[in-house]
Amino acid sequence: MSDTTAVIEVKDLVKDYKLGQVPVHVLKGISFEIQRGDFVSIMGPSGSGKSTLMNILGCLDKPTSGSYRLDGISVGELNRDQLAEIRNKKIGFVFQQFNLLARTSATENVELPLMYTDTPASERRERAMKALFAVGLAGREDHQPSQLSGGQQQRVAIARSLVNNPKIILADEPTGALDSRTSIEIMAIFQRLNREDGITMIVVTHDPDVATYSNRNIHFKDGKLQLDERVAQPRDAKRDLEQLPAEKPEEVIAA
Amino acid sequence: MNKILASVRIALRALKVNRTRSALTMLGIIIGVAAVIAMVGVGAGATARIQDQIQSIGANLIMVLPGSISSNGVRLGSGGVSSLTEDDAKAIAKECPSVAAVAPTVRGSVQVVNGNSNWATSAQGVTPDYMTIRDYSMMSGEFFTTQDVDAAAKVAVLGQTVAQNLFGDSDPTGQVVIIKNVPFTVSGVLTPKGQSPSGQDQDDVILLPLSTAKRKVIGGNKANAKSVNALMVQSAGPQTMDQAQQELTTLLRERHRIQPGEDDDFSVRNLAEVFAAQETSAQVMSILLGAIASVSLIVGGIGIMNIMLVSVTERTREIGLRQAVGAKTRDILSQFLVEAVTLSLLGGIIGIVLGLTTSVLISHFANWSTQVSLTSVLMAFVFSALVGVFFGYYPARKAAYMDPIEALRYE
Repeated sequence: MSDTTAVIEVKDLVKDYKLGQVPVHVLKGISFEIQRGDFVSIMGPSGSGKSTLMNILGCLDKPTSGSYRLDGISVGELNRDQLAEIRNKKIGFVFQQFNLLARTSATENVELPLMYTDTPASERRERAMKALFAVGLAGREDHQPSQLSGGQQQRVAIARSLVNNPKIILADEPTGALDSRTSIEIMAIFQRLNREDGITMIVVTHDPDVATYSNRNIHFKDGKLQLDERVAQPRDAKRDLEQLPAEKPEEVIAA
Repeated sequence: MNKILASVRIALRALKVNRTRSALTMLGIIIGVAAVIAMVGVGAGATARIQDQIQSIGANLIMVLPGSISSNGVRLGSGGVSSLTEDDAKAIAKECPSVAAVAPTVRGSVQVVNGNSNWATSAQGVTPDYMTIRDYSMMSGEFFTTQDVDAAAKVAVLGQTVAQNLFGDSDPTGQVVIIKNVPFTVSGVLTPKGQSPSGQDQDDVILLPLSTAKRKVIGGNKANAKSVNALMVQSAGPQTMDQAQQELTTLLRERHRIQPGEDDDFSVRNLAEVFAAQETSAQVMSILLGAIASVSLIVGGIGIMNIMLVSVTERTREIGLRQAVGAKTRDILSQFLVEAVTLSLLGGIIGIVLGLTTSVLISHFANWSTQVSLTSVLMAFVFSALVGVFFGYYPARKAAYMDPIEALRYE
């Protein structure tokens, strides 16, 4: 498949919830496509339905109606375990609260998705090390989350999302718990993964600054797409970092 | 196999996080298993003691006693007539295939004298087969031989009690004792058997050759020189007891010319039957003790379920994360099941050790014989694993079917 193929195709997506007796229409017929290699930011106020959309895109939830194709697979017809397999093979998750397993080393945290595959132990370790290296955490393999700073923890989480060689990475408020400098560091990693490895990135955020690093912005309001615009010249996080006043890089402090 | 080991390692780590809680939860299983092992051990010990007593009388023993006959409506008690003879004994030994050995016996009370000491005891005239049938062994010297019986030799074998009372601690073998003014050379002393199940001292006895006993000591039956008091019969094995009993009854009826429909002029007693009842009651007791102990094992299982439910709730976010990165229903299910089973098996193993220790202590201090069998240990092991599976399933299922979205959002 060429670079322009849609990795995500959403058509007339509707999601209703029952709140007691009253049905709530969270998503009211949404259609869009995300191309392979896109870096998309999704913004919108609370209650706009972006979390619900994220859950559906992440195969954690199923739409009430409409179709969702991920990498050519129609997700709507899959059962619980088949969805788990899709998540395992095609999607990497990054959360606001990192969601690392406590009292578990960085390597083992990164290995977690591979635990649910047939990958042999030696290969699991090798791939986890590689992923940690890719996010700049070489040398911290045996650290537990409590021994790492917030930014480092989020990088462990990114390494975990990478380890399965996913088609897309879904990041839900990935910088929400981090200071602005660390946020830019995380965005720099995302941009590198997007440009160098061609991984499709989808970032949900409240922060307009974070959105400026993507090459496509989608705005939500009241369960509908309000704005979908391409950014011709996204900001470069790496260059922004270099221009920031000289501050010791975080890992030096933590070490 | 590697996968199981890996899940056990993960489970152990999860249990280590809450050491105190895990230990307290295990305590329920530990006490349950230890109680089962110790109680079943006590019960089995009691059963074994009864079996030992039966063995001490002689294995697979059938006693044939002269029966009652009625004469003009007056029924004489068992042994009232001397209907059994040495020839009956020989015939049974020869013609009943299920019979291993037969020993005709006569008995009487005698006063045994050695110098200044004397002692009243029961004298039995027997053949060498008696030794094997009653499962005697010699502490010193030897049992008399068939030649001694044939020659009516004046030899005697003493029971431990008799030897003690006449000779003190010195070995009587080769010494002479006097019974009814007849000197007997002591050929040996029997190894003590202790009390019979009915409380009789089985070592207060003196054994003489059948022929000598009849002629010199007890006095034979004038009318029938070959009559004896009883026949001790040993069947070929525990399974052939009933068959041997049937065979010898048929044979004796034939030899004694008893018409069909008439009563036997002898009676057959199978001692095993008497003790089987005692054994059954001991077994009932051990089942009861085991049942009571099992209740505490089940209570321990409920403790595991309780703690696993708490653990599942506490780790909701972890479950959500695992689901998000691809854990299937059965992955989560097996993770928590393995954890519950690890908890219960660990408790089971500690409980087994504790139960073994307890039963050793019981037999040491309370002087009760206990017997812990491998089966009861294995049963306890398997049972504690089953408790883990049974009581761990519901919490594990609850974890496995969580909604990943809600689980990830759980605070």
